Amino acid sequence: MAHVEQLVGSYRAWASNGASRAPAWLHDLREVGIARFHDLGFPNMKQEAWRFTSVAPIAEGSFELAKPPARILRLEDIRPFLLFEAGYRLVFVDGFFQPLLSTPFFDDIQSLAHVVTHRQDLVRQHLGKYAATQDRPFSALNTAFVSDGAFIHVPAKATVAEPIQLLFLASGDKQVVTHPRNLVVVEREARASIVETYASLAASGYWTNAVTEIVVGDGARVDYHRVQRESDRAYHVAATQSHQGRDSTLNLHFVAFGAALARHDIGAVLSGPGGTLILNGLYLLAGAQHADHHTTIDHAADHCESHEYFNGVLDGKSRGVFTGRIIVRPGAQKTDSKQTNNNLLLSTDAHADSQPQLEIYADDVKCTHGSTVGPLDPRALFYLRSRGIGEHEARRLLTYGFAAEILGRMDVASLRLQLDAIVRGRLAEQ
Amino acid sequence: MTKGRALLEVQGLRVAVAGNEILKGVDLAIRDGEVHALMGPNGSGKSTLAQVLAGHPAYTVLAGTVRYDGKDLLEMKPEDRARAGVFLAFQYPVEIRGITNSYFLRSALNALRKERGEPELDPIDFLQFLEQKLKAIGWDDSMMNRPVNEGFSGGEKKRNEILQLAVLEPRLAILDETDSGLDIDALKTVAETVNKLRAPDRAFLIVTHYQRLLNYITPDVVHVLADGRIVKSGGPELAHELEAKGYDWLRDAAMVS
Repeated sequence: MAHVEQLVGSYRAWASNGASRAPAWLHDLREVGIARFHDLGFPNMKQEAWRFTSVAPIAEGSFELAKPPARILRLEDIRPFLLFEAGYRLVFVDGFFQPLLSTPFFDDIQSLAHVVTHRQDLVRQHLGKYAATQDRPFSALNTAFVSDGAFIHVPAKATVAEPIQLLFLASGDKQVVTHPRNLVVVEREARASIVETYASLAASGYWTNAVTEIVVGDGARVDYHRVQRESDRAYHVAATQSHQGRDSTLNLHFVAFGAALARHDIGAVLSGPGGTLILNGLYLLAGAQHADHHTTIDHAADHCESHEYFNGVLDGKSRGVFTGRIIVRPGAQKTDSKQTNNNLLLSTDAHADSQPQLEIYADDVKCTHGSTVGPLDPRALFYLRSRGIGEHEARRLLTYGFAAEILGRMDVASLRLQLDAIVRGRLAEQ
Repeated sequence: MTKGRALLEVQGLRVAVAGNEILKGVDLAIRDGEVHALMGPNGSGKSTLAQVLAGHPAYTVLAGTVRYDGKDLLEMKPEDRARAGVFLAFQYPVEIRGITNSYFLRSALNALRKERGEPELDPIDFLQFLEQKLKAIGWDDSMMNRPVNEGFSGGEKKRNEILQLAVLEPRLAILDETDSGLDIDALKTVAETVNKLRAPDRAFLIVTHYQRLLNYITPDVVHVLADGRIVKSGGPELAHELEAKGYDWLRDAAMVS
């Protein structure tokens, strides 16, 4: 409990100091957040949602709130993490917005800290309305410390041509925590593509605690990509919550390469009829890495479709955890939901836990799920070898295919190439 | 029958899988340029022989020898057999997730070219090379960007095997029940492709349960495998005889011998 108290104490100090200029509604939101966190404390493995993941390294660690980076970064420092230099982007270092490295667009693609005062009504209408905090201590803690992050607003019927890049870099200060908070609102019949990346400039044991809320208006389409390539000593906890309107399309892509310990709660609500959701994810782990993806798809309206594909490639002593919860609410008739989670174990010490959870309260629905955990398919291996491909290369190719299957669903070619290179690099190390 | 030294020579081959002896002493010799058909009832060991020749690790060779082009084939890894020109068209082609057909075919072809000391083909050269091969089996390149065999119909999977055969240009092509599950048009396409590929330096072993495919591909030799042994060999007319009489009379003969 000591560290819960420490975090609450650091909140009190922060709230009475720099954060005191916040509008009253934001102050109230934060107070609710810290009270919740104080009540809940850190999760433990006796709780169903945390059965396979211990957060002891975080709960027992000592993390100071990050300070603005000592060194001013230049474009060449961040270039390796960018897909391209044109287009809109928001760059954050240790959680702090970097205006000189960013290319915002008025008050529509901006830092959250800026729009909290400049677009108060819109932010107030949405911020904290989707990401639950009742039973989510980390999201509650993030809400307590809401100050900065990315804000994207796409007005009705508008299209943002190029993907918007959101880059969150850790400078390498040890034992600090950041609480990035992102809000994406894509209005009716608008269209946007977004790439959110978490990376580090140095290998250190910092902690990222991020929350992203995505609102997709009626008839809108959003392609959202999230790349977690933190330092392999870092701790990464995140929640991504989407809320879709009628006849909207949301493609959510998640890639996790990094962090010693990562936990990502992904929630998607289909709140209007005719919505389509793709939830496409890959975790590629080695060494002693642990990544836990806890997904919840909530079919709250009829005639919606969801397709969920998560592949895990696990080497060394790594552990991948996947939970795929699908809720079909009463009245959500004609729901069509498919879920697959395939885990490839490249070593005998690697481990995967896969648990589908279907809760269906409507009778005229189609829901299928399947999961696999195992080594490379010996039949596939023989097939490739029988075509002249050597055993080592055949193994590499089949492993690559596991990742490529997920990357192939992404529409942004530059991102696909960037991730493909990372995957190939990782496989070449084996 | 064409003359020449034996490309493949199987002698006294006994093979078991999971402790069950399937092949109980097979003798077979195939010369360069010859087309042999291997027929027989279900469970006679036809597919086992095909898979053993390709090097499938699930089978245990109990006794016998297999020489291919003067080398001990059984000592070779599956990939080395392929690089030496042995090709097996699978009865049940395997789905490979995430790898496109085109990438797979190019990787396989380049592995063979590397073995032969030829330069590897880049994607553009390969696509040009591939185009003519595709035409032969009546495909456009839309099948090339799909993951290998994933979501392919039974017929498409078999055609894909024949495409690989056309691309890899082996010296010994083993077709394991490529005709099963094919409609008549697909069967003709397969047969036409095989006939076009017949060459003095390429031999075929066509494993089939039915005589149907042999209406379009005329073999030089027909063998009948029953209960793990070749019980009869003859010319193309043997296939017709089998079609008329079935396999029972041969099975009885095998029991007696």
